[in-house]
Amino acid sequence: MREITAGEITEAIKSLSMSAAYHLGEDVVRALEMGLEEETSPSGQDVLKQLLENAQIADEGKFPMCQDTGLAVIFVELGQDVHVAGGDLNEAINEGVRQGYEEAFLRKSVCHPFTRKNTGDNTPAIIHIKIVPGDRLKLTLAGKGGGSENMSRVMMLKPSDGKDGIIDYVVQRVKESGPNPCPPIVVGVGIGGTFERAALLAKEALLRHIGEPNLDPELAEMERTIFERINKLGIGPAGLGGRTTSLGVHVELQQCHIASLPVAVNINCHAHRHKETII
Amino acid sequence: MSDPVVLTPPLTDEDVAGLRAGDRVLITGTMLTGRDAAHKRLVDLIENGDELPVDLKGQIIYFVGPTPTRPGEAIGSAGPTTSYRMDAYSPILIEKGLKGMIGKGSRSREVVEAMVKHKAVYFAAVGGAAALISRRIVSSEILAYEELGPEAIRRLQVKDFPVIVVNDTEGNDLYEQGVKEYAIK
Repeated sequence: MREITAGEITEAIKSLSMSAAYHLGEDVVRALEMGLEEETSPSGQDVLKQLLENAQIADEGKFPMCQDTGLAVIFVELGQDVHVAGGDLNEAINEGVRQGYEEAFLRKSVCHPFTRKNTGDNTPAIIHIKIVPGDRLKLTLAGKGGGSENMSRVMMLKPSDGKDGIIDYVVQRVKESGPNPCPPIVVGVGIGGTFERAALLAKEALLRHIGEPNLDPELAEMERTIFERINKLGIGPAGLGGRTTSLGVHVELQQCHIASLPVAVNINCHAHRHKETII
Repeated sequence: MSDPVVLTPPLTDEDVAGLRAGDRVLITGTMLTGRDAAHKRLVDLIENGDELPVDLKGQIIYFVGPTPTRPGEAIGSAGPTTSYRMDAYSPILIEKGLKGMIGKGSRSREVVEAMVKHKAVYFAAVGGAAALISRRIVSSEILAYEELGPEAIRRLQVKDFPVIVVNDTEGNDLYEQGVKEYAIK
């Protein structure tokens, strides 16, 4: 049994919170650059240049790339041979979010659904814990913005809708979202499982680095098809018209009930923040 | 692209009637900020016949909830938030003299109609270009609802603040025009 202290976890989450807000991943920067090369719309090109400049200012100045520094969504892969000592795992994570968002001057965006009263420290974080073999602890933080999250949906399709029905639904969802989720967007698609599992699969799909297709050739093909169709919609960067509506489409799939075909679409803006660490 | 139009609030009917969807605009001077919670409070006051904490005549409201200001800086990261959440409140504020709104994303038919009727415009700033946009904000002070934190109403001094006209006083919509021009069947 390997021991990891609650304090170590808090420190790790704190550091991930800060780093996610300041430093856009290389995969996203590369995707924006590729979009700029292919963009034909002048205003689209202008927006993509601004986004690349924005990422550079944020990176160099340790300044939040977006004012919506997000809800802290934490994925935990906890090795079954790890013993968390000196505190509660969930509280250790929340304390890391609390300290990270406060010390880095990040926005606190968590409130009560009815009163809208802000909790003041960006907690509680959204925590997903998976027990896995081994004696390591992997922590992934996604700083999830509200604008793109609001455009996300879960849909229970009919089995007869099939693959084409899934593709049509995802493309339609992006079309209806238009300029709202801050395109160019990354699209996470979760297929199968149950109502809630499809949503989680879609969110997990967003964690994959842009440019890494699904290892299953059938799903990789589906990702390409959806990506091409989205980029024909004409929405473009910031929704001002253009080719670069999506930077990437990631699909994850799992078996489902014989009566069901759940599909979830989780949209992420171009401030596609996800950072991970292994303890 | 043509040269940007330069605007300094307070804006008149003539100022906004001359703008067309797609025009690039640089704003210099003062503007207000407000988002979900502040809009709700303003509209509640109007409906109760109470006085507003800010004068809206000729003003521009920027839909933004900035990150906290670090010592020595004018403001934190300050890009636009999605505007449709303010759709329920904007028509009544436009009726009260509001001339401009800055956000991102499409507006409802009711807001577009109010803009045509009362002469107001809706601008978009680039969503997510928040660090870049912050550099155009010279100073920031809280005018009302400090307890709302990022949602408080602020007065910003801006210089060459870059926006683009999405909805003009004739009911045109830049987002619709853009998709029409670039969609591939």
